[in-house]
Amino acid sequence: MIAIYLVFILMLSVFVGFELIRKVPSTLHTPLMSGANAISGITVIGALSIAGGEFGQWSTLLGALAVVLASINVVGGYLVTDRMLAMFKKR
Amino acid sequence: MKDFSLLINAVYVVSAILFIFGLKLLSHPSSARKGNLLSALAMFVAVVVTLLEQDIISFDVIVASIVIGSAIGVIAAKKVEMTAMPELVSLFNGIGGLASLAVAYATIIGKTELSVLVLIVSFVALLIGAITFSGSVIAWAKLSERMVGRPIVFKGQAIVNFVLISAIFLVGFLVVTQPELSTWHYLAIGLSLLMGVMFVLPIGGADMPVVISLLNSYSGLAACAVGFALENNLLIVAGALVGASGIILTNIMCKAMNRSLVNVLTSGFQPVVTSEMEIEGEITPLTPDDAYYVLEAAQSVLVIPGYGMAVAQAQHSMKELQQLLENNGAEVSYAIHPVAGRMPGHMNVLLAEADVSYEQLFEMDEVNKRIESFDVALVIGANDVVNPAAREMKGSPIYGMPVINADLVKNVFVLKRGMASGFAGIDNPLFFKSNCRMIFGDAKDTLGHLVRQFAD
Repeated sequence: MIAIYLVFILMLSVFVGFELIRKVPSTLHTPLMSGANAISGITVIGALSIAGGEFGQWSTLLGALAVVLASINVVGGYLVTDRMLAMFKKR
Repeated sequence: MKDFSLLINAVYVVSAILFIFGLKLLSHPSSARKGNLLSALAMFVAVVVTLLEQDIISFDVIVASIVIGSAIGVIAAKKVEMTAMPELVSLFNGIGGLASLAVAYATIIGKTELSVLVLIVSFVALLIGAITFSGSVIAWAKLSERMVGRPIVFKGQAIVNFVLISAIFLVGFLVVTQPELSTWHYLAIGLSLLMGVMFVLPIGGADMPVVISLLNSYSGLAACAVGFALENNLLIVAGALVGASGIILTNIMCKAMNRSLVNVLTSGFQPVVTSEMEIEGEITPLTPDDAYYVLEAAQSVLVIPGYGMAVAQAQHSMKELQQLLENNGAEVSYAIHPVAGRMPGHMNVLLAEADVSYEQLFEMDEVNKRIESFDVALVIGANDVVNPAAREMKGSPIYGMPVINADLVKNVFVLKRGMASGFAGIDNPLFFKSNCRMIFGDAKDTLGHLVRQFAD
C-alpha cells in the first residue's frame, strides 16, 4: 500500500514540476539547471540517517561519502545560481 | 529517545511547499533570485529537521562530511568562470548521481531484511545514479576538451550496448534475489558505470545541450528512486521536480534542433550525410575598418552570439560596442537561439555577466518576425544556428531545424576565426550570400578594434 501512496506523490509532483518549469523563460535556463542541481542534492537527507546510524562500517562510510557529495551539490549549486541570478539586471 | 517522525514529516511538507514556490519565482528574472533563496531555505529546513531522526546516533561523521562538502561547494561556486558553466553543471550532475549511488548501495548492504520492492527500487537508484555519474564525467571531459568532442563510435557498438543492457537486467534480478552476495553488487555498479560511458560516447559536442539536460533530469530521477527505497516523501517530490525540469529542457533542446531524442542519442551511429547541392557565390572578407562605417550608419543592429563568443570571451567587448552604438543612436538587440552555446541559456548568462540588460535579449521566434527591419546583423562565433541551409537545402543534415534568419538582414557581418565549418561540420551558405561579409580574426580583437574606431 505504501508503494502506491508513494507513486501518487511522485505523479502529482511530476505534474506540478512540468507546470512550473514550463513557465521559466529561456533566458533563465542555465540558472534553472544549476538550481536543479542544488535541489537534487536533497539526497543528503537520505544520506544523513545512513551516515549517522549504525548499519555497519561500510554503510557509514558510504553514507558519509554521500553526505559530502550531496553537500557539494547543495551548497555549490545554490551559491553559483545566486551568483548568476545577481547578474541578471534590467536597465 | 523520542520519536520525532511526525514533526519531521510535517516540516518536509513545508519544505516541499518552499521548493515549489522557489521554482515558481523562477518564472521571471526579477524574482528569480528570491526563488533561489526560498529553495535554499527549503533545503536547509529539511536538513536540520532530518537530524532529529531516530536512526542517527553519532553526529561527528555527519558534521565533518557536511563541512567538507560545503567547503568544496563554496570554492567551486566562487571560482568557476561563467564560460565554464556547462562543465560545472555537468560535474554537479555527476556528483548528484554518485551521491544517489552511494545511498542506494549503503541501503542494500546496510539494512537487513529488505522487501523485494525496496530491493528493486534500490537497484534502480543505483543504476540511474551510476549512469548519471559516469555519463556526466564523459560529458564533462568532452565539454572541457579533455577528450575529443566528436562522436566516438566503433564497430558492433549497438551489439555491445544490447549485451550490456541485457546483462544489467540479469544482474538486477540477481541482486534482488540474492542481496547478500556482494559479487552481484560489484557487477551491478560496474556494468551501470559502463552503461553511462557507452551512452555519452557516441554523442557529439554540438548535441551537448541535450545530454546535459538529460543527465540533469537523471540526477533528479536518481534522487527520486532513492526516495522510494527509503520511503521518503520529500526525496520523491524534490527528485521529481528536478526530473521534470530536465525533461522539459531536453525537449526544448531537441525541438530547437528539429530532432527527436532518439535521433540525438544515436546519430553518432549514422553515416554522415553529404549534400550534393552546390553553394553558389563567393566569400567576401571585410576589414573591421570598413565594417565600422556601416555600423556607424546603422539604425538597428542585431547581435547573434554563439559558442565562439564564449570561447573568445568577447561578451565584455560586445557590451562596450553596444554602448557606443546606442550613444550613436542605434538600437541594439540580441537574438539567442535555444541551442547557442553548450547548455540551455548559456549565452544569456554570459551577456548578463557583461551587464547586458535581459530586456534586450530576444528569443529566435520574436526576432525572426521582424528580422528584415534590422540594418546590420553581427554574428559572433555562431554558425549552425544561422545556417540558411536549414530553410533552403533539402539534402542538408540540418534541414528543417529552426534557425535565426540572419541572411534576411540587410547587412550581415560574420565574426569568425577561420573558414572551418561549425560543430555540426556542415557548410554554411550564409557566408556565400551577397549581403554577407566575413570579418576574420579573434572576435574579441575585432570587437575591440571597432570599439576603438568608435571612440576616436
